Amino acid sequence: MSNLIKLNNGVASLVEDDWTLVQLPATQVEERKQAGKVVLFKLTGEATVTDAQIADTVIPATGKIILPLSVFIARNNEFKDRIAQGEIGVWLATHEVLENLTQQQADLNALPIIAVFVERFADGRIFSLGNLLRTRFGFKNELRAFGDVLRDQLYFLKRSGFTSYLVRADRSAQEAIASLNDFTKPYQGAVDEPRPVFKRYNRGA
Amino acid sequence: MYKYDEIDQQIVDERVIQYRDQTRRYLAGELSEDEFRPLRLQNGLYIQRQAPMLRIAVPYGMLSSKQLRKLGDISKKYDKGYGHFSTRQNLQLNWPKLEDVPEILADLATVEMHAIQTSGNCIRNITTDQFVGVAPDEVIDPRAIAEIMRQWSTFHPEFALLPRKFKIAVSGTKHDRALVQAHDIGLEFYRDSNNQVAIKVWVGGGLGRTPILGTVIREHLEWQHALTYCEAVIRVYNLHGRRDNIYKARIKILVKALGIDEFRKQVDAEWAHLKDTDNTITEAELARVAQHFDAMPYENVPAHDASFDAAVASNPAFAAWVKRCVHPHKQAGYRAVTLSLKPHGQAPGDITSEQMWAVADLADEYSFGELRSSHEQNLILADVKLSDLFALWEKARANGLASPNIGLLTDIICCPGGDFCSLANAKSIPIATAIQMQFDNLDYLHDIGEMELNISGCMNACGHHHVGHIGILGVDKDGSEWYQVTIGGKQGNDASIGTVIGPSFSADEMPSVVQKLIEVYLQERTPEERFIDTVRRLGVAPFKAHVYAKDEVAA
Ligand code: HEM
Ligand code: SF4
Repeated sequence: MSNLIKLNNGVASLVEDDWTLVQLPATQVEERKQAGKVVLFKLTGEATVTDAQIADTVIPATGKIILPLSVFIARNNEFKDRIAQGEIGVWLATHEVLENLTQQQADLNALPIIAVFVERFADGRIFSLGNLLRTRFGFKNELRAFGDVLRDQLYFLKRSGFTSYLVRADRSAQEAIASLNDFTKPYQGAVDEPRPVFKRYNRGA
Repeated sequence: MYKYDEIDQQIVDERVIQYRDQTRRYLAGELSEDEFRPLRLQNGLYIQRQAPMLRIAVPYGMLSSKQLRKLGDISKKYDKGYGHFSTRQNLQLNWPKLEDVPEILADLATVEMHAIQTSGNCIRNITTDQFVGVAPDEVIDPRAIAEIMRQWSTFHPEFALLPRKFKIAVSGTKHDRALVQAHDIGLEFYRDSNNQVAIKVWVGGGLGRTPILGTVIREHLEWQHALTYCEAVIRVYNLHGRRDNIYKARIKILVKALGIDEFRKQVDAEWAHLKDTDNTITEAELARVAQHFDAMPYENVPAHDASFDAAVASNPAFAAWVKRCVHPHKQAGYRAVTLSLKPHGQAPGDITSEQMWAVADLADEYSFGELRSSHEQNLILADVKLSDLFALWEKARANGLASPNIGLLTDIICCPGGDFCSLANAKSIPIATAIQMQFDNLDYLHDIGEMELNISGCMNACGHHHVGHIGILGVDKDGSEWYQVTIGGKQGNDASIGTVIGPSFSADEMPSVVQKLIEVYLQERTPEERFIDTVRRLGVAPFKAHVYAKDEVAA
């Protein structure tokens, strides 16, 4: 059974996944420290994608595919027409920089799906990325979380603009659905409901 | 104080349901130890040496008598009949059972309380001055904004899993008592030249193993923008703070690494997008929340009370208590009172269920049914009439809550240390009690005067040792417990971090080390000087020389 939860007009259900996720091949090169946007500082030990990995990535010739950001940027010429046909999505890891994506692809809404890979449950960068994609970069299509996605993130992911959630394979997505609605009336404005509680309800004088 | 409406109540009720299910899944083996950890931490549940420890939120230190009574009941029913007030104004239970926690939360929810975000890598309980609303030097009562921020930070989806914990303090007084410079964000409220409420924003302070005082990131922020500006700061931190090394994960490390100018630039770039969005606070919302903090219905009483003056004149014990435990008040004829949780020879900040019930009664009888906890781990009745002080003192004394030692050497701030905490290098409570016993003479204590002595059992600095006038830190040397001593730390507007005086000491030596530090002070001080002033004037050298002097050989 599928472990993909999808929100449709606020209603969550389990759906079959019609996208194929393309992974980078494993690297032989020893993991190098990578500098992100904050060059000086961000020595967080995330693996750098090598040119060889990008070149060796097998891109299926047909069908709807989600490509790693690095491949999407470096080999963009190979699938320009498929982007136009809505067959190409992009995924990025939580340490990757959104501006790299938007520099390559000014109109994000040409992508039917963007997915964010969260390696560890405790990595909350995914929430800021979702928020920025929705509010700063105006992305309107499917926004998916995958990786170490467990039930107790779902509510926060939903509020941060994610609309589909690929629950980790060893857990029940069916049971996890309930947690999308852990809280009925959140206090603060966020992506799914920008108005804070004091602008939605009359809480008395 | 703030009263829940249905929306607030629904959130804590839904939290109980959520956490009950998380606990069930953990006990059923559906959540691994590692997966449950962040969930229980976000709910204040640590697993420590002997048992779990549950930290209950006391937002900005405000409690009603009804809440304290319930805390007394809970610590009786689910714990060993006592609780512990922490340096972040919260209450900790040291012995609850993991399986009981959902029930405890359900009980707490009946009195508008919870344990949400009292630990874990999220925005923690917002703290402030314990004399908020009544202090004569207060310019702005920041409680309404603190409550608005409490609501905003509760289950904030973007900031649910930060690199590390995040602590915010607010203060609206001339003399900072909320340690705004020792917080991830410190908000200092003031009136600007147009007489508008404005905020000076500090960022990147913190104690822990890398003690750093905060830096001003913005001199002037209009209060309406408190939430959106904090969102900009925390977003930059969430995206770029280190996650690979928990000792380098606090915002202070990011601010230091980038430099305040670059950090400010990135925050301003975010804020340009966030400013004036929906989370901007409205006048109406501020007014709605602020009315919960209106001044108490004070009686019109004279500024002096003859019976009070007479009692002070005739009763030295009462006079000593008044000197240390009674504080000035905005309203004529009223005083704020500190009930000391530092009786000599007991764990600082501990309080029994019976004492909680007694304090709740005192609050009802003398202080409009409200009280506060302080980061110095005491309780405060904020609105007591002068003419009631004597009666209050007698009752407090009968309950062991009237040690006249507030602000003195034995008003020690102390973490749970090796008796309870699995991270400890050394015990801290026995050091505190040994020092209290060494200095059990009240006249001597009063002569020494104002003094802050802080003890932590390891470099995580839960006991704020860096900012103690005397700071004591438990260290591990070849598997045995030793203590490193610093002097010259201070909290407040002129905060500073203490200097290590030299090699560490064994537990037995500690009372006499403190004794020797005091001896140097008593000998060198000018009539006006407090211990901290003498240390600042003379530096560490004379103190060091005396403490480490070889004992004189008997002639
Ligand atoms: C017994 C269980 C406890 C454990 C395991 C624990 C653990 C920790 C750790 C690991 C830190 C350092 C975090 C960092 O610097 O990033 C910390 C900081 C802190 N703890 Fe605790 N703690 C405990 C109890 C307490 C208690 C009882 C109090 C209050 C009396 C307290 C107050 C604090 C404070 C105020 C800090 C912050 C220091 C700062 O600003 O960096 N903790 N704690
Ligand atoms: S300072 Fe260290 S020993 Fe003390 S409570 Fe904190 S972590 Fe434990």
